[in-house]
Amino acid sequence: MPLTLYTYASPPRFYALSGLMVPWFWAAAIALTAVGLWMGFFVAPTDATQGEVYRVIFIHVPAAWMSMLLYLVMAFWAAIGWAFNARLASAVARSIAPTGAMFTFLALWTGALWGKPTWGTYWVWDARLTSELILLFLYLGYIALTEAIDDPRRSDQAGALLAVVGSVNVPIIYFSVKWWNTLHQGASVSLTAAPKMATTMLTAMLIMTFAFWAYAFAVVFTRTRARLLERERNALWVRELVAGGGRS
Amino acid sequence: MNWNSPAEFFAMGGSGFFVWGSYIVCALCMGVEPVLAARRRKRALREAADERNRTARAGNEDGHVQDEED
Amino acid sequence: MNPLFVQVLVRDLRLAARRRIESLLPLAFFVVAVSLFPLGVGPEPQTLRLIAPGIVWVCALLAAMLSVNTLYAGDLADGSLEQMLLAPHSAVWLALAKAAGHWLTAGLPLILASPVIGLLFDLSTQALGTLVIGLALGTPILSLLGGLGAAMTLGLRSAGMLLVLIVLPLAVPALIFGAGAVDAVEQGLSASGHHSLLGALLIATAMGVPWATAAALRISTE
Repeated sequence: MPLTLYTYASPPRFYALSGLMVPWFWAAAIALTAVGLWMGFFVAPTDATQGEVYRVIFIHVPAAWMSMLLYLVMAFWAAIGWAFNARLASAVARSIAPTGAMFTFLALWTGALWGKPTWGTYWVWDARLTSELILLFLYLGYIALTEAIDDPRRSDQAGALLAVVGSVNVPIIYFSVKWWNTLHQGASVSLTAAPKMATTMLTAMLIMTFAFWAYAFAVVFTRTRARLLERERNALWVRELVAGGGRS
Repeated sequence: MNWNSPAEFFAMGGSGFFVWGSYIVCALCMGVEPVLAARRRKRALREAADERNRTARAGNEDGHVQDEED
Repeated sequence: MNPLFVQVLVRDLRLAARRRIESLLPLAFFVVAVSLFPLGVGPEPQTLRLIAPGIVWVCALLAAMLSVNTLYAGDLADGSLEQMLLAPHSAVWLALAKAAGHWLTAGLPLILASPVIGLLFDLSTQALGTLVIGLALGTPILSLLGGLGAAMTLGLRSAGMLLVLIVLPLAVPALIFGAGAVDAVEQGLSASGHHSLLGALLIATAMGVPWATAAALRISTE
């Protein structure tokens, strides 16, 4: 069977392939997490200014990066699904949203817990945290809209439009929030990690980012597989799948 | 090694609450989410199987449905 | 002038003129909502002057979002939306006409009422002027974004709340620049930067959102 760009756009082929890949993604996620956290807690030194609390960075920054990346990936696949009427692409986009929203929440939660000992309050309206909050609203809006529409096709298409509009707006929103923040707080103290990070800190953070990425693949693929089974319940490939004992 | 004892490790220089509060919530979310996704998939499989058993007509070969289009 | 645009706009204005009380509801909401804040925050003039721009803008935002619900719903219900979409003109004109109609009936009264509201908060004359200009630039943005939200949530169960949730994040830049302009003027700085950005935002919105609205209408009525 010749391999083309569209070979795995077919739901049954994707279902089979992703079923093989998911365990490997889990293995990678666990291994990378183990290495990353070991480096982060046992190799990376104590920070000169922040002490030990800076170690939240090993989940805060990966979560924030993933939240932003996943939104763009979601919008991309939603747009592909809309433009080419590709069922799988739309299913993947819908399946990304909850994970993206979760990472956004984690970024905010860990940011708040990092902020309390560092800046004195659980919440600061700095540009990045505020933008992250608005990103959470964008995710929630996407999920709310797509869940409110019963017809899958209309739901996917409306979601795609919203995700694309949101993506275009993200830079505008970020810029305006940055503007708003600097004007209201004057010459702002740098509210991010110390500008120069020790190499070990950076390495651990990057490893954790890849760990989160592997995790995202595993969860999103699992959810996509569930969604495909739900949507294509009456298709021949699903019927054959469950005829064989239904344990795949 | 950064820590002289497990006690030091858990204390995190006084900010244990914030560090572990972050990590624990993170672990909870990233533990619950995959479980929910896996359960959803199992439920979908079960419902697809029920649907198939319900609508399979007597005398059909396994996997072949009368008016199904490929 | 595109005939679809003209006819839809005139029709909407005529309908609004027939239901004059209903058309003034957004304005009434605006005034009531704005007046709630001093009751909640306290009558201290300094505080009120500080928070006035934000309050006015947020209430204008909410008034726009709450009044934009029925933009397409009525036409969907009586079948005229389908007819308009079948017209040999692009649905972009329909989206523009609806947004323009909404702005004329809901946005313009807000702009005209804002100086009076500003006086309730003891804003200086300069600040009042800045507020009016900002709203003049910003309310069209809100009408356009609201139209997009209305098209996307057309016919859905909890369309009202859904619309607010979807559109508010997109309206944040306008809110920031609009309210920020008045703040700047109150501090003695110039608002021209804010207003330029608002203007740019308006142009960008007008160039992009009607197409998105047209696409949303097609999605929602298929």
